[in-house]
Amino acid sequence: MATLEIRDLHVTVEADNATKEILKGVDLTVKQGETHAIMGPNGSGKSTLAYSLAGHPKYTITGGTVTLDGEDVLEMSVDERARAGLFLAMQYPVEVPGVSVSNFLRTSATAIRGEAPKLRTWVKEVKEAMERLNMDPSFAERNVNEGFSGGEKKRHEILQLELLKPKVAILDETDSGLDVDALRIVSEGVNRVRETGEVGTLLITHYTRILRYIKPDHVHVFAGGRIVESGGPELADKLENEGYEAYVKGGASA
Amino acid sequence: MAEAQNIPVGSTTAGSIAVAAESTVVSRMSAPPSFDVADFPVPHGREEEWRFTPLERLRGLHDGTAVAGGSIKADFSAPDGVTVETVGRDDARLGRAGKPVDRIAAQAYSSFEEATIVTVPKETVLTEPVRLTLHGEGGVTYGHTVFELGAFAEATVVIDHTGDTVRAANVEYVLGDGAKLTVVTIVDWADTAVHVAQQSALIGRDASFKHVVVTFGGDLVRIHPRVEYAGPGGEAELFGLYFTDAGQHHEHRLLVTHNTPHCKSNVVYKGALQGDNAHAVWIGDVLIEAAAEGTDTYEMNRNLVLTDGARVDSVPNLEIETGEIVGAGHASATGRFDDEQLFYLMARGIPEHEARRLVVRGFFAELVQQIGVADIEERLLTKIETELEASVA
Repeated sequence: MATLEIRDLHVTVEADNATKEILKGVDLTVKQGETHAIMGPNGSGKSTLAYSLAGHPKYTITGGTVTLDGEDVLEMSVDERARAGLFLAMQYPVEVPGVSVSNFLRTSATAIRGEAPKLRTWVKEVKEAMERLNMDPSFAERNVNEGFSGGEKKRHEILQLELLKPKVAILDETDSGLDVDALRIVSEGVNRVRETGEVGTLLITHYTRILRYIKPDHVHVFAGGRIVESGGPELADKLENEGYEAYVKGGASA
Repeated sequence: MAEAQNIPVGSTTAGSIAVAAESTVVSRMSAPPSFDVADFPVPHGREEEWRFTPLERLRGLHDGTAVAGGSIKADFSAPDGVTVETVGRDDARLGRAGKPVDRIAAQAYSSFEEATIVTVPKETVLTEPVRLTLHGEGGVTYGHTVFELGAFAEATVVIDHTGDTVRAANVEYVLGDGAKLTVVTIVDWADTAVHVAQQSALIGRDASFKHVVVTFGGDLVRIHPRVEYAGPGGEAELFGLYFTDAGQHHEHRLLVTHNTPHCKSNVVYKGALQGDNAHAVWIGDVLIEAAAEGTDTYEMNRNLVLTDGARVDSVPNLEIETGEIVGAGHASATGRFDDEQLFYLMARGIPEHEARRLVVRGFFAELVQQIGVADIEERLLTKIETELEASVA
């Protein structure tokens, strides 16, 4: 069973010629089949956690370990992490001029699966996945994220999630900027992947809204660069009612 | 009707991409066209037509100090039915497609000793391309070549440039009525070469001309494709691809003069740049004269900047003297392949070199497919990948 283990993770970024510590000792274990929601106020370091796990060069790991099934993730390059089974659905997916969605998806699937998918079954696979996400077939011929609306970008991220079948999926504020219809479609996509029982999901969000569609097994409150409280789904209800105020103050004094 | 766009893709375009303000076609040249180099002042670099060109790297082509003395080896392979002649300066068939428009073109016209005329007789349809390979063996050379197609003749011409040279040349294309000519010019010089060429086409009634420039090599390359129409119904497609590496200056300056009714032109130039001081310049001028009713024209320039330190100057310009046209437009856009794009592709398992290849191949593929000469298409895609790997390494 695939397990992502994060132990005492410390991360810094360079900003304005100063080094700033953003993550201050994160501990978290995500097992295949589990869904963890990480909730926290703006600036708490949630997205830093997501990008650090994926290996974005902007972030420097200064302490701690991250392993996937015992393998040292922090030693891997960005593409090696993806091939090892980590997937990051980005909050702000990047435009890639000159590369069509269909070419991108196939190149990516070839890299992740270790061999080119058979063309006939692949075309069908993509077509069906796109239909489930209410994506027009013409989408495949557009350049990656170029001119996509916010909702289209997020659906495109979830399309990749469904096709690439990672061991651990990190969804970084996938719900932000989505209207209710788009949120429902995107959530259904995430749930289809979860229902296979083969993916561990780390759902990073600011709002409790998405948790009405995607039910987490565990909820963690993130503040001041680390997890300050963990619990079951009932913790989300508490946050819904009381907000982050208690944690922001608590984080500052801790 | 005219629209100019500069859409930087990505978030870190500051400083390296410029779209100059428009100026008119007529005002942009500092002297009227002429065969005589003495009619052009020596450029000092601030003239509109020279302001992007590093004059000090022209090795004297612009100021009369580049004295012919080098050699260039020319290999022709022409199918049956094609005539290849070497002629003197006084041959009446020279200079019909257009006069030199700047000092270096006039210098070339004033300096060549022999010209080559390639003729495809009327109604001759070639099934194999005419191939001309020019291999520079060092030193300064001046050249003049004419390709003439008789009425309803059809031909493909592939011109290859390899080796080292400092060269100024004029190439003329004279298309008879209903003729069809495809020209692919591949500029693959050694990285020390300097090459300045005016390529002028005169398109006959109902004739069609496809002109493809592929620029990879050279230290400084400045190519000036120009089109005029000898009768109505002519069509011109002007395509260009360039891959500009560290230190290279690649400049393509196009002028399509719609001087006759019911002609079409379509200009698409795409370039990728990589490395410090890679500099690409694209000037796309279209002039629709008052007589040219029913004109249909579009010009487009796209640039993909792969690394920091590269610079693009892209100046589309459309001048319209009649409103009675089918369509006219232009667009210019320069995008960057940046670290965020690389991260995004790699985060989907794609290795770095593959990610770059994907982006560049995708960027050029559509244009390469329009060349219509199979062995050239394959060669270009291979060459693009070689360039990419050489530069990344």
